Amino acid sequence: MEKNGFYSMRTSALRKLKTTMSKIETKNLDLFYGSFHALLDINLEVEEKMITALIGPSGCGKSTLLRALNRMNDLIEGVRITGEVCVDGKNIYEHGTDLIGLRKKVGMVFQRPNPFPLSIFDNIAYGPRIHGIKNRGELEGIVQKALSDVMLWDVLKDKLDRFALNLSIEQQQRLCIARLSAITPEIVLMDEPCSALDPMATQRIEELMFELKKNYTIVIVTHNMQQAARVSDKTGFMLLGKLVEYGDTKQVFTTPHEKQTEEYITGRYG
Amino acid sequence: MKPQTKQKIAFTCLGLAAVVVIIPVIVIFVILIDKGISAINWQFLSTMPRMGMRAGGIYPAIMGTVYLVSGTILVALPLGVLAAIYLVEYAKRNWWTRMIEIAIVNLAGVPSVVYGLFGMGFFVIFFKFGASILAGSLTLAIMILPVIITASKEALMSVPHSFREASLALGVSKWQTIRCVVLPNALPGILTGTILGISRAAGETAPILFTVAAFYLPRLPKSIFDQCMALPYHLYVLSTQVPNVKESLQYGTALVLVGMIFLLNLVAIIIRSHMRSKKQW
Repeated sequence: MEKNGFYSMRTSALRKLKTTMSKIETKNLDLFYGSFHALLDINLEVEEKMITALIGPSGCGKSTLLRALNRMNDLIEGVRITGEVCVDGKNIYEHGTDLIGLRKKVGMVFQRPNPFPLSIFDNIAYGPRIHGIKNRGELEGIVQKALSDVMLWDVLKDKLDRFALNLSIEQQQRLCIARLSAITPEIVLMDEPCSALDPMATQRIEELMFELKKNYTIVIVTHNMQQAARVSDKTGFMLLGKLVEYGDTKQVFTTPHEKQTEEYITGRYG
Repeated sequence: MKPQTKQKIAFTCLGLAAVVVIIPVIVIFVILIDKGISAINWQFLSTMPRMGMRAGGIYPAIMGTVYLVSGTILVALPLGVLAAIYLVEYAKRNWWTRMIEIAIVNLAGVPSVVYGLFGMGFFVIFFKFGASILAGSLTLAIMILPVIITASKEALMSVPHSFREASLALGVSKWQTIRCVVLPNALPGILTGTILGISRAAGETAPILFTVAAFYLPRLPKSIFDQCMALPYHLYVLSTQVPNVKESLQYGTALVLVGMIFLLNLVAIIIRSHMRSKKQW
């Protein structure tokens, strides 16, 4: 009996280990802008279907780290990267990586909502269309699902041909998330997604993140410590290009191991 | 002197400068319309010249200019837009890119008569196109390339970077991003620049002088290897080479030429204002 109990405990622990296998893993990641060393030896493990927050003062490299996870830094001239970033165990900086496939899997939401100057429908259908879906009915289904995902369907279902840039900032940001969910990524990177929003809208987007967590792995960069404490499961604190501390959000905010983390969280600098 | 007085003097000078700019435009139009409008009728626009150009219409010159302008667009627009896309979206900031940019600036500064000589040496003689619509169009195209490239570059650069990022982050390739997001948003600007370039090409005499323009050819060209008449050169001929031409004929021709260019510029203005009203970022 006792033996059996022990055995079942072990298998459930094993199962748990398997379901929480890290979705993204950076290994000794270093990044340079020209001669500026922006990221120093970053080792980070992001777990599946959890929200991981990156916090730290401006210029600490948190956005740079985020953009390293879907290779958006490639757009900047003079960036050099050493080390590895593994998504599902595969190093995305390996020569010959399919960038299109990578970014379909690892999508990004930006600081300022950036819908295209098109209709609401065309914004969401943009990705699926380019990836080969031409059938109008199929596209309509995708648009409905994507808008439902961000809780905009009921509000906008009769206004799909409206110009997207006439929406409120919050709705624009939701639309951008819907545009992303239309191509069904597995990971969503959010770069200060609420910094352009008012507190009420911020709260609603945070609620949306909890919903999205069921289906997506989320990494969020935020300036707002309360936000990180509220929404995330794991928190990483960065300072001057280093990942100073990384752990369960509760632990990082209540009993930080590092002195610098404690100083930042208690507001001694930032 | 009191500051208010100084200010008044400054305002007066600025206002006068602005008026001086308008005066020649008004005077040109008034004179052209005054002296040329009597010559303009349907027959003038649609028939061949007769009696050594002293009578009849200017139909072949109008059509020649239309052909030349069309040929110029066909060559210069794709070439200019592709070059601009390369420079804005792909080229790295290095000495090679700077060389190209310096070349474009210099190309813009070359006098038009030099383009004419270049066109004659290069297209007419070296490529053996002869004096032809092809040679003339190519010469004009090269002359307005800098205008089109510069306008297209401006238009491409004015498309917000966030659109490109948004598209790339959706797993869309760079070329598809350019085609589906950047170009549609840059198109009005590109078209405006192109039309302004074209209207310059339509009015130039020197580049077509040695490459295509016919002195007197009272029929339409049959192929792109034929010579043709063209409005600016026809005007030059009427004014200086043919004795005893009615004045109204000369001014009428000038009026038609200016009218065509004015129409082209009007289209550019309409596109631009339409674009401004639609642009909301």
